[in-house]
Amino acid sequence: MTTETLPRPVTATSGATVAWRRIRPALTHLALGAAALVMLYPVIWMVVSSLRPGNEIFRDPGLLVRDLQISNYRLGWNALTEPFSRYLLNSAAVVLGSIIGNLVSCSMAAYAFARLDFTGKRFWFAIMLVTIMLPIHVVIVPQYILFSQAGWINTFLPLVIPKLLATDAFFVFLMVQFIRGIPRELDEAARIDGCGKGGIFLRVILPLMVPALATTTIFTFIWTWNDFFSQLIYLTDPKMYTVPVALRSFVDATASTSWGSLFAMSVVSLIPVFLAFLLGQRFLIKGIATTGIK
Amino acid sequence: MSALSELGTLGRKKPTGQKKDNLAAYLFLSPWLLGLFLITVGPMIASLYLAFTDYNLIQAPQWTGLENFSRMLSDERLHNSLRVTFTYVLVSVPIQLAVALLLAVVLDRGVRGMAFYRSIFYLPSLLGSSVAIAILWKQVFGTDGLLNQVLAPLGIAGKGWISDPSTALGTLIVLNVWTFGAPMVIFLAGLRQIPAMYYEAASVDGAGTLRRFVGITLPLLTPIIFFNLVLQIIHAFQSFTQAFVVSGGTGGPSDSTMFYTLYLYDRGFGNFDMGYASAMAWFLLVIIGVFTAANFVASKYWVFYDD
Repeated sequence: MTTETLPRPVTATSGATVAWRRIRPALTHLALGAAALVMLYPVIWMVVSSLRPGNEIFRDPGLLVRDLQISNYRLGWNALTEPFSRYLLNSAAVVLGSIIGNLVSCSMAAYAFARLDFTGKRFWFAIMLVTIMLPIHVVIVPQYILFSQAGWINTFLPLVIPKLLATDAFFVFLMVQFIRGIPRELDEAARIDGCGKGGIFLRVILPLMVPALATTTIFTFIWTWNDFFSQLIYLTDPKMYTVPVALRSFVDATASTSWGSLFAMSVVSLIPVFLAFLLGQRFLIKGIATTGIK
Repeated sequence: MSALSELGTLGRKKPTGQKKDNLAAYLFLSPWLLGLFLITVGPMIASLYLAFTDYNLIQAPQWTGLENFSRMLSDERLHNSLRVTFTYVLVSVPIQLAVALLLAVVLDRGVRGMAFYRSIFYLPSLLGSSVAIAILWKQVFGTDGLLNQVLAPLGIAGKGWISDPSTALGTLIVLNVWTFGAPMVIFLAGLRQIPAMYYEAASVDGAGTLRRFVGITLPLLTPIIFFNLVLQIIHAFQSFTQAFVVSGGTGGPSDSTMFYTLYLYDRGFGNFDMGYASAMAWFLLVIIGVFTAANFVASKYWVFYDD
């Protein structure tokens, strides 16, 4: 903000302008606060409702809990054929495998694109950028056929193996951008000290790209945890259900009659995302600002 | 720099070093290359082949030529799903971006607690694609839902927003607009790139807030607006989870939330009509490609590069 130093023509409104300058920040906060409240209200209300007896959910749009009940959580936890902990563990396994896969394979590809000079580099780089924008639907049918012929339906392999093969090209791009910011002199110094390409990657680049790896970890965590389409397709055995697929079958099983327990499990499913958000905000904001991934 | 602008600069030749690291480079690239061929290019070719066949997963694919495509021409449900999807994309994306831009501009003016507001507004973009939020939406816009509970004391008679075909799609548009935080963060990053001296000069000339926004912010932000537009359109065309969960997988009521991807899922994985689903997938790719290309062509007339 700059203070205006040039004399302005004195008009009848100048008194009002001064008052306006004082009031405006307050009004801005009021408007922003109201907008934030409206946006988050449904989510907060869901958390509150999950702690209420079922019949109150249909009557009370407020946020006060008069009669705290955790029975919704107990009911929801055991509402399906498997306890909800099973689905949480399944999701955790898929998420962990995906994170490891993305970290290893994307960082390797990114190092090659950012630091090594090779035949066909620009061609492959362009292909990599294009795959970022490719809709999954174009490949999902043959992928399904491929994985089902490999006998991988109802295993986590169709969800994890593609990550080991760097199919999330967003992260390759994100890491390329990051490595480009690391001074090349460091590579040179390591080379003079006798490091090969692998040594430079492992000892110089990887330790320096921890912020990019953290961003990848957090985004992979949240996306995989939320991912529904591919988990719905590959996991049909209730024992193998992940959280989103279990929640969805919960909706169908209860025909929306027990919102309380449905909300309780929805809240449980959102807690990891929320924690990842709290811990990784800095990386999330940076990651999205530089690459536009969501 | 974004992936889009990166693509644009690929044509410029860079000086290359004398010694190439082909072996090392391809070793480092091997997982990605394997994935590219096994998980992406291979399946794309297979999908293109299947688009010209009748295939139900059990019997071998039967070559039927253009039949899937001529069937698409007369498939009323498909036409409806296109209408629903286009409406969704063309209504929700502009509103979402307008809200994102508005809040980014407000937050950029040095509001105290900016980081806090930014986080609050960004959070829904992380939650929005989850099944849990779709479940919440189903309740909020249901007959006994939160919205009607809030409207009742105001004397407004509510209705089953999700069970009424005329408003069901609207609730999903609201859900997409709600996730404006991701483009907002990109706008905020773009706003920070605009040199303060432009605004100072304009202030000296006596330009008001609106004048500065239209004269400086908007033109200098056009590359970012373009980037967000392309990205959000591609993203919106592929929406699936919310419509699937809210409608119980049916795209109802009366196919009013039958997104193209939902219909594709219904054909391929509901009815194992894999040939038709593949043809639909390629048509989706063409639609998204045409939209993206049209955006790029149109961008010559409104996107302003300051270099």
